[in-house]
Amino acid sequence: MSIFEYNGSAVVAMVGKNCFAIASDRRLGVQLQTIATDFQRISKIHDRVFIGLSGLATDVQTLYQRLVFRHKLYQLREERDMKPETFASLVSAILYEKRSVRVWPLLVPTTLLSSVDRDCLSGWGGHVYVVTPTEVKERILKGRMD
Amino acid sequence: MEYLSACLSPSGKLVQIEHALTAVGSGQTSLGIKASNGVVIATEKKLPSILVDEASVQKIQHLTPNIGVVYSGMGPDFRVLVRKSRKQAEQYLRLYKEPIPVTQLVRETATVMQEFTQSGGVRPFGVSLLVAGYDDKGPQLYQVDPSGSYFSWKASAMGKNVSNAKTFLEKRYTEDMELDDAIHTAILTLKEGILTKPNTSLCVFHSFEGEISSKNIEIGKIGADKVFRVLTPAEIDDYLAEVE
Repeated sequence: MSIFEYNGSAVVAMVGKNCFAIASDRRLGVQLQTIATDFQRISKIHDRVFIGLSGLATDVQTLYQRLVFRHKLYQLREERDMKPETFASLVSAILYEKRSVRVWPLLVPTTLLSSVDRDCLSGWGGHVYVVTPTEVKERILKGRMD
Repeated sequence: MEYLSACLSPSGKLVQIEHALTAVGSGQTSLGIKASNGVVIATEKKLPSILVDEASVQKIQHLTPNIGVVYSGMGPDFRVLVRKSRKQAEQYLRLYKEPIPVTQLVRETATVMQEFTQSGGVRPFGVSLLVAGYDDKGPQLYQVDPSGSYFSWKASAMGKNVSNAKTFLEKRYTEDMELDDAIHTAILTLKEGILTKPNTSLCVFHSFEGEISSKNIEIGKIGADKVFRVLTPAEIDDYLAEVE
């Protein structure tokens, strides 16, 4: 089985008026086998930037750690947080460094919880962040938990 | 032994850096003024012979579209620093898709200059730089020295006649000065240096002894449009006419 189909999962995001939301499922599984139902795929970089990583779990965690590392160095150097556009460009550059090996996760957007067939293979609830200029709401959702 | 020259002297000084500062201090005068809505940098352009085509000499250079730089000291050393700084700026732009902030570029350039005071087989750069830029933090003027230290100035001068020029700037500088006033002050400061102390250096002849013209000075400016530009001789002539 290739690493492109080993863990999978779903991340979705959208912008609204003066806000955005990003959400993911919480299942860590390998085909029919479920390993965890509280896997974190969305992470906070700072108060206004979140990243959701879908795909091979080991890459999700490693890439997140590298991004946090790069952002911390940027904060120390420039005494400010990265703008979302800047951060996106950084992610792009880091992913492209691995162009020849192609191991970093593929981002696979689907619509979370909106379909009726979210089940034990594609769900275990959801993890949602809603970010507005004044607050960050974090919610753990329950869908079909069977 | 040669490698020892890069060592600290018993008094705690690096003689190589002192020599580099001497090279800067005997170089042609450069100055910069930060106005409320922009920055101007200017320099003398004395050529070794009247036969040199003055249009072929450009002492003020671009680092990015919104950052310019001028030097006092050794021209060839300046070229090396410009090349390294431009590369640094491009790398930043490629990584973040955002123009490099002035402070960041100054720090990177200062880092290179510091490395040349501590590496084997090299000597410090024989130049001081004045970096003028305009970014999200507004107009900015920095001076970078051969030791790798850098400072932000409201107005500064370096090279020959530095103390005269600084005294003059201290008298004329005001916080609310606008870009055109700053350009006038820059011209007057250069004029002061050229008129009060005619160049007596043996290897330098120039066509307009004690006379300032669009052929023997260079001016670069950046305003709120965030575009750094070196003034054409015609534009300099217009400003010269205004100050007279």
